[in-house]
Amino acid sequence: MNPTEVMEPAKTEVKKKYKVIGTRPIRHDGVDKVTGRAVYGADVQLPGMLHGKVLRSPHAHALIKSINTEKAEALYGVKAVMTAADFPDAGSRTANLGELGEVPLKPMCDNVMASDKAVYHGHAVAAVAATSPHIAEEALKLIEVEYEVLPPVLDVVKAMDEDSPLLHEDLYTDELGEKSSRPSNVASHSRHVKGDVSQGFAEADHVLEREYRCATVHQGYIEPHAATAMWNPDGYLTMWVTTQGAFAVRTAVHQILDIPVSRLKVIPTEIGGGFGGKIPVYGEPVAAVLSRKARRPVKVVMDRTEVFLATGPTSGSYVKLKMGVTNEGRITAAETMLAYEAGGYPGSIVALGGICMFAPYNIDHTTIDMYDVVVNKPKTAAYRAPGAPNSEFAVECMLDEFCQILDMDPMEIRLKNGAKEGDIQSHGIPHPRIGCIETTEAARDCEHYQTPLEGPNRGRGVASGYWVNAGLTSSVTARLNGDGTVTLQEGSTDIGGTRTSIAMQLAEVLGIPVEDVVPSVVDTDSVGYTEVTGGSRVTFATGWAAYNAGQAIKSQLIEQAAEVWKVDKDQVTLADGVITTTNGDSRSMTIKELAANLSQKGIDVGSRETVTPQNHGGAYATHVVDVEVDPDTGKVTILRYTAVQDAGRAIHPSYVEGQMQGGVVQGIGWALNEEYFYNEEGNLMNASFLDYRMPTSLDLPMIETIIVEVPNPGHPYGVRGVGEVPIVPPQAAISNAIARAVGVRLGDLPMSPQTVVKALAAKS
Amino acid sequence: MAAKVHVTATINGEPVEFLCEPRQSLLEVLRDELKLTGSKEGCNNGNCGACSVILDGLLVDACIVLGAEIDGCSVETIEGLMDSEGLHPLQQTFLENAALQCGICTPGFIMAGKSLLEKNPQASEGDIRHWCAGNLCRCTGYDKIVRAILDAEPQLEVKK
Repeated sequence: MNPTEVMEPAKTEVKKKYKVIGTRPIRHDGVDKVTGRAVYGADVQLPGMLHGKVLRSPHAHALIKSINTEKAEALYGVKAVMTAADFPDAGSRTANLGELGEVPLKPMCDNVMASDKAVYHGHAVAAVAATSPHIAEEALKLIEVEYEVLPPVLDVVKAMDEDSPLLHEDLYTDELGEKSSRPSNVASHSRHVKGDVSQGFAEADHVLEREYRCATVHQGYIEPHAATAMWNPDGYLTMWVTTQGAFAVRTAVHQILDIPVSRLKVIPTEIGGGFGGKIPVYGEPVAAVLSRKARRPVKVVMDRTEVFLATGPTSGSYVKLKMGVTNEGRITAAETMLAYEAGGYPGSIVALGGICMFAPYNIDHTTIDMYDVVVNKPKTAAYRAPGAPNSEFAVECMLDEFCQILDMDPMEIRLKNGAKEGDIQSHGIPHPRIGCIETTEAARDCEHYQTPLEGPNRGRGVASGYWVNAGLTSSVTARLNGDGTVTLQEGSTDIGGTRTSIAMQLAEVLGIPVEDVVPSVVDTDSVGYTEVTGGSRVTFATGWAAYNAGQAIKSQLIEQAAEVWKVDKDQVTLADGVITTTNGDSRSMTIKELAANLSQKGIDVGSRETVTPQNHGGAYATHVVDVEVDPDTGKVTILRYTAVQDAGRAIHPSYVEGQMQGGVVQGIGWALNEEYFYNEEGNLMNASFLDYRMPTSLDLPMIETIIVEVPNPGHPYGVRGVGEVPIVPPQAAISNAIARAVGVRLGDLPMSPQTVVKALAAKS
Repeated sequence: MAAKVHVTATINGEPVEFLCEPRQSLLEVLRDELKLTGSKEGCNNGNCGACSVILDGLLVDACIVLGAEIDGCSVETIEGLMDSEGLHPLQQTFLENAALQCGICTPGFIMAGKSLLEKNPQASEGDIRHWCAGNLCRCTGYDKIVRAILDAEPQLEVKK
């Protein structure tokens, strides 16, 4: 086993500079989570609570002609039945999705429950609340829905054909800013142009043009969606929800149900994984309406099949890529067309795929055409570095092909073209300080890469990845207690130890142990507005809010100490939890002593902070993988895996490693096994964990990690987001390793055993 | 509606009686009737292991055992792991190794680890990976979970 390395120079610096940052304390919510006491979405129990269940369309594409709920309503134990008719008319109202912009509300409402048309297999059409989940399920069978079945549209490329059946008669392509004249499944076509690709290709000695495809894959969080609603007769609605963003749920439910934000309180429960999939609302507005109708609390918990059928997978995609290089390995031009599945309603993450695609490299001439395409699959949601794996997979595979043509080391071509601070990206924005070169160098020099791989049918693959990260708004409230500890209320739901990584930044400011900071994730009435836990932003942005709260408490303590000592506050300083005078009279007291003093006097010390930092900086990773291919079965075994990544500053290195390891393994699943299988009617055939094959412990080796620290100048401690980028390189790294093991290049994901066997047969 | 079944069992060392519908799973009984919500539902068909409990010494998925089946049996759940000395060594090594991120799979993994180490106190990395293949984790990539179980071995040995 290989313990994680932290690159030496940074390690020394951390030791010198910081007391709390860079250490590995036990997380504050740890005991709750290893004892089964932590309350997750489905664990909520309220007096008189009913259980809600949702009826789903058996058809991928069908008009809903009528729904008859009479028999279900008459069943003993049923307390309420609802359909989309129970939602207020969305009309032309719009919804603000934060970083995704302003969108029409109607598709969002229709996705929660279909009004006139089901656009994917498993689309919600009605719901029941009953005294037990079993009775609710029985009642669903009594609801009569009359459908007019339409031909399904399942392939992203065929969906773009002019003669394809249409999902939405009123959807007109936003064609480079202009509305097209006829309806289409293409919701939008946008483009980034940098330089002149024809000039770039003229400079190239070698040009390749290839197609790459990614299957539709799911985030695969282990906890199904769960929402509990209690709608009181006075109009106040309280919701307990497992979500990546309590405020995002509040906004969405407020918009869909057209009720004032002030009447709605969202209490986030613990969250059992999200990866982007727990940002949209599904059962939340349904639970609310059922609660209003039944006049009792209602809990709506999905089962696993529903999670696969109806919650956001990420976009399947088609990518066409043409790139040129010189004999020296300089990339001269890149031209690409990206078509991403949006699912049943517009809004894929193709734009982020476009932004990230060429970001690891400095290329003078690029053209990127991006298409957002509706198909009869669930409305897609974000999934860890949303959009980036699909597009960067193509670039990273093609670079490896160039390496073989040029007989060049894969690290060398990446170093030769690697992006640096100030380089203009393909969408016109200059790179801030990023650790692209440092990370690649660390990967090149690591023990794994320096150790030759031997044996038949074995190969080593390299790939890099970039993710843009996010800043966005975060809030905390911090209060000093009479015993010198600090209570820290956060708006960010904690999916992977962020209570602690945030608390550590406040503790660092005051120089107190992190155990003396008591963080909690609170409801929407109890802390300032906070955007979702996503975009690798929580340790960066919410951590920054905690840093500011620490600074505010620090200056209040200095003022109060100056008051106690009757000296000027400029003559007082605070370090390592101790307040001292600097005027030579050597007076000092601990924070605990001053806190007790202030508490007795009734003086409140604390702060409420909201930040919206802009300079989040991009994340960069390079991965090395060794595989062995069984030529008879096509099974690919991961022999060894090393992930190298720029963390800016690793606040809690164990949880940085955890993000890297988890991202790698999701990438391995995406690379080798995971995909949505649809039959010709558009029915999802593998909506279970048995058939949707995620990696198990048996499929994997240890995942070695190397943290590189190139501090982000846009954060007081140099933090950059770490959660998402590790899912970007694995797919290409594995494809490249297979190519070097057995001589076949695979551009379609997943590279399942049957795909590998077919490719080997075609080769021979 | 079907008549309820009367069941007597031992849960975490204490005698328990309950009534359940014949169709209710052990997981439903634990969570909804006995309010032991530490066992989690991830799939409800035996694929994910989030509801792993130990039934008469055997590791099972509580979602594919009927509540009525445990009459006369002994069940161990995550809630029973702490003793008067505090956390079980596995609970402690999971914390020290940062072997959980979201934590939803953690109770199942700890029960699976306990069951393995009772049978094989010196389980190797390979043994652990094989045994735990019935438990899905989507956050950690399993690396730190495997290390946490390995780390618990000497501590359990000392405890004996």
